[in-house]
Amino acid sequence: MTSSISSEQVDKKKLRKVIAASSVGTLIEWYDFYIFGSLSVVIATKFFPSDNPTAAFLSTLATFAAGFVVRPFGALFFGRLGDLIGRKYTFMVTLLIMGFSTFAIGLIPGYETIGFLAPLLVLILRLLQGLALGGEYGGAATYVAEHSEPGKRGYRTAWIQTTASLGLFISLLVILATKKSMSAEAFANFGWRIPFLISIVMVGISYFIRKNMDESPMFEKAKVEGKIVANPLKESFGKKLNFKFVLLALFGATMGQGVVWYTGQFYALSFLQKVANIEFEQSNYIIAASLAGGTGFFIFFGWLSDKIGRKAVMLTGMLLAICTYRPIYQAMYEAADVSLKTEVKGSKVINTDYAMIPKSVDLKKTVKTEFSYTDGSKLILEETSLTPNFPGKSPKKSELKRIVHVGSSSFWYLILLVFIQVLFVTMVYGPIAAFLVEMFPTAIRYTSMSLPYHIGNGIFGGLLPAVATYLAAKATMANEIAVAAGQAIPYNQPYLEGLWYPIIIGGVCFVIGLLYVNGKDKEIND
Amino acid sequence: MNAIRQIFGIVWILLGLAAGYFLVFEQSLKLFEKGGMDNIVPAIIYTFILAPLLTGGMCVFGVYALQNEYKRVD
Repeated sequence: MTSSISSEQVDKKKLRKVIAASSVGTLIEWYDFYIFGSLSVVIATKFFPSDNPTAAFLSTLATFAAGFVVRPFGALFFGRLGDLIGRKYTFMVTLLIMGFSTFAIGLIPGYETIGFLAPLLVLILRLLQGLALGGEYGGAATYVAEHSEPGKRGYRTAWIQTTASLGLFISLLVILATKKSMSAEAFANFGWRIPFLISIVMVGISYFIRKNMDESPMFEKAKVEGKIVANPLKESFGKKLNFKFVLLALFGATMGQGVVWYTGQFYALSFLQKVANIEFEQSNYIIAASLAGGTGFFIFFGWLSDKIGRKAVMLTGMLLAICTYRPIYQAMYEAADVSLKTEVKGSKVINTDYAMIPKSVDLKKTVKTEFSYTDGSKLILEETSLTPNFPGKSPKKSELKRIVHVGSSSFWYLILLVFIQVLFVTMVYGPIAAFLVEMFPTAIRYTSMSLPYHIGNGIFGGLLPAVATYLAAKATMANEIAVAAGQAIPYNQPYLEGLWYPIIIGGVCFVIGLLYVNGKDKEIND
Repeated sequence: MNAIRQIFGIVWILLGLAAGYFLVFEQSLKLFEKGGMDNIVPAIIYTFILAPLLTGGMCVFGVYALQNEYKRVD
């Protein structure tokens, strides 16, 4: 039986309200979730022992992953609730949990103040964020889709799809604005907390908007007709008829979509900062500008999927992504590689600075050597050494930081390269909500669509920065060992090795999607 | 086309098993042996998250494909 809403039944004004209320709430949840990732470097220094920066960064990534790994559990828990008591109440609860957790992270004292309790509390709150996000997206997508008329479901739900990128975009803007408004020292001391704290205001506003919305008409209808199932989890995953589609949604769509999404937005940022060594602000501007340019395409590809089918749009995006990642990242690397640029003669400037570390009275020496290039790029080599003010103590090993500020032409070129990746993201991600909603019946829709979405995005996608960083680091280490042993290096481009993860996962997903996904099904069938 | 979908079921089962073997025996065990946070974190992720998901999920998916559960009447 087909229980979709006809075009005549849809009140356009109400539909716009439904889309706005759902999208704003989801946008705020994404914002809350991403400020943690965007501030991971700062958080590492505040909440994790700072003796080893790599360990601190990995710890943050691990916490980041914990936030993602827990998402499927949120999908199960809140998906079940949403299929039992309704979409509206469930995604209001998730909004409140997310708001509380984000606000609380902004209040936790650092590791230096309360010791091990600090990272522990951060981890717990991060897990709560993951749980809330796991419940939010499925609710919002289902809620909008169940209000939409047939033939426009891709277009309508695409507004929900814009929220993930917009949430990241706004998180970057808030962080950059906060940084601009104070000194670097003030930001490192307390300024980083501001993006977390202001979340409570946004969540409050969104809660009151959502509070006045009605329940989904299709859920109400199913309730009246007595079609609500007593155990949505058993129905979704215990019956082959439904479970086979859960697996297909995961391996034929969301797994590949997840890695394309995270490569285009998160790995790109990590690559710019950690591999290309581009300074924090500039790399964030590059990502923010690319997201701003690309976000409208979520709507376009959502609309296009109503016309030519979800499968065609998503698989084209996936194929383009896996075929072009290596050349794109090679170009990104070269755009920031100062060895390929012409140095301005006599441009070398050396600045030495001494500072006493409060309490310990250790002496910190910073030597900054700056080189300028004809295209406007700059390379700053910052060497910091610490001399303990204690007789008999030997100076600590110095740290060398390499920071690149790219010139205008390279800056715009990098924006273009990231923008292309964002376009791939919009192709795979724009139609996915409509695609997932159309796979499952009303009684188990929230549960069934949420799980593959959050495994695909949370686990396969969310682990991408950690796995890709590890693969690239492993290749670099293998090269260093080979050089030390006087052998030929095994990897010519070790910085590209991390890309094998999205390429392989995306490739498998593409083949499964091509073979098994039905490109013609665009109805919500019960 | 349905026959191809069915035959590919074997590929998904083998791929699931290969992914599990590679992640656990070729990656995780070596990383656990090396020790240190840098190695243990990815090893835990491979062993307890990615490997069960890929192996279990792909094998069940492959079995369903072999049983022609994904056949379509085009």
